[in-house]
Amino acid sequence: MPSWPNFRADFPVLHQQVNGKPLVYLDNGATTQKPRRVIDALVRYYERDNSNVHRGLHALSMRATDGYEGARARIARFINAADPAEIIFTRGTTESINLVARSWGHAHLKPGDVVLTTEMEHHSNLVPWQQAAKASGATLKYVPVLGADAEGGLDLAALDALLTPAVKLFAFTHISNTLGAINPATELCRRARAVGAVTVIDAAQSIGHAPLDVQALGCDFLAFSGHKMCGPTGIGVLYGRRALLDQLAPDETGGGMVVSVTYEGATWKPAPERFEAGTPNVADAIALGAACDYLDALGRDQIAAHDAALSGLAMEKLSTLPGIRIIGPRVGTPRSGLVSFAFEGVHAHDIVTFADEDGVALRGGHHCNQPLMRKLGLTSTTRASFYLYNTPEEIDTLVASLRRILKFFAG
Amino acid sequence: MSDLADLYQQVILDHNRRPRNRGRLPTANRVAHGDNPTCGDQCSVYLQLDGDRISGITFDGSGCAISQASASLMTVQLKGKTAAEAENLFGVFHEIVTTGKEPEEISDIGAFAGVHAFPARIKCATLGWHAALNALKGDPVPATTETYKD
Ligand SMILES: Cc1ncc(COP(=O)(O)O)c(C=O)c1O
Repeated sequence: MPSWPNFRADFPVLHQQVNGKPLVYLDNGATTQKPRRVIDALVRYYERDNSNVHRGLHALSMRATDGYEGARARIARFINAADPAEIIFTRGTTESINLVARSWGHAHLKPGDVVLTTEMEHHSNLVPWQQAAKASGATLKYVPVLGADAEGGLDLAALDALLTPAVKLFAFTHISNTLGAINPATELCRRARAVGAVTVIDAAQSIGHAPLDVQALGCDFLAFSGHKMCGPTGIGVLYGRRALLDQLAPDETGGGMVVSVTYEGATWKPAPERFEAGTPNVADAIALGAACDYLDALGRDQIAAHDAALSGLAMEKLSTLPGIRIIGPRVGTPRSGLVSFAFEGVHAHDIVTFADEDGVALRGGHHCNQPLMRKLGLTSTTRASFYLYNTPEEIDTLVASLRRILKFFAG
Repeated sequence: MSDLADLYQQVILDHNRRPRNRGRLPTANRVAHGDNPTCGDQCSVYLQLDGDRISGITFDGSGCAISQASASLMTVQLKGKTAAEAENLFGVFHEIVTTGKEPEEISDIGAFAGVHAFPARIKCATLGWHAALNALKGDPVPATTETYKD
């Protein structure tokens, strides 16, 4: 492990015991913990600035508006968007993808069109496309995942045959929340663009874990959640290229997104307001800006290196457990900071319950990835997912806990 | 560890390792399926009903030790019972897993008393039972842990 400062002091929640043991939080794929700086931003906003945005002329409303729009600009810088207007605040990845599927899908998809996605998508980047395809008469196709344990990642050779001019949109995940596979997002966008397809990247698992540059990626849309990058729940982002957003009709309508309303009709503001009907989530947007500051102060390339070192260590140590089946990239190949595994005869939920007794927080289940699980012949896996505050010692605790569980069930 | 030892009693571990009456029942005239969408546990229950009496019962599915052992033990308990007796027994079982109170007269299902200390696992313990009751009622709709209250 390369040396890396210990940031645990920044995270109040980590300093507790669970079932009499120090908390070992390894469920970061589900949500990350929040540093003091983000919690303080929330408290400060509610204690000093709370007000509605864009409509008040009083001091508090101006402060709230500045904070909210400042957060938008901060996030634009965080992902290197060309223009803050390309940042639409949503509730999270799920809402962001649904917005594209409904607004863009409704305007552009027709029978005979193809929507392309992959076999490794989270339900939130799969079901909205199923719905859009059903509503429009388009066909949904999947880029296959290779290998009995999905160790081969996306079948890039099959992609050429799949990427025909009929493909109008290609939606794929940057990092798989179940496999830990890191998809070659820049290449995928380039190949999709070559056939004129619009690209949507699900960046839920990558956003807080590595540098991300939407212009370098060359994507049209990109979705992520604040709560997976040290930010609060209830806030997320849809990035959309300005040229596309300007042509897009709103999905929700109401206050804040209109220019002029008569009894007969209404006209829309440009992006981003067009897509943010109603009072926005001001406090959480501001705190998300604070999360960007926090992550950049640490350095996202360093966070990525730390994640990779931890997952490499976990792969090495978990591989020594008898009967373990690890899915996703093999030892020695790139993998994000998470490992999913299964044991013959011991179910993930029993593992999670036992590990909790040791203070270790894991995730067990299908990880919102039912079709992929079925393809791999699994009903569930146990997932350990790491973040900037996890330590090599915590991986030892995990492995010791698993050994104890295996022994118990072996009887 | 004491709560866990309570949860995973020997009876449960034994039924998990060596499930009884597992597989399809060729003579079944009733079948129902149960799903726990939160964790992906699944359980199908096959019944041979002769009049009002369960003369044959098996189960099939996948899930955690609690759900599999519970379904296995249930098949043993329900064989030969009438529909009314089965419903009654579910009432007793439900009481055990939600309150942790072990009634004296009933032996093996008392092993599930430890479940009550793990509220998230109550649905695991009752999945097979809900499927069985649906099968008894001839309910064609699959049982899901999201539509019944534990
Ligand atoms: C890859 C991926 N996509 C989408 C989501 C959905 O994110 P949210 O629930 O915050 O909308 C998740 C979260 O689990 C995820 O891991």
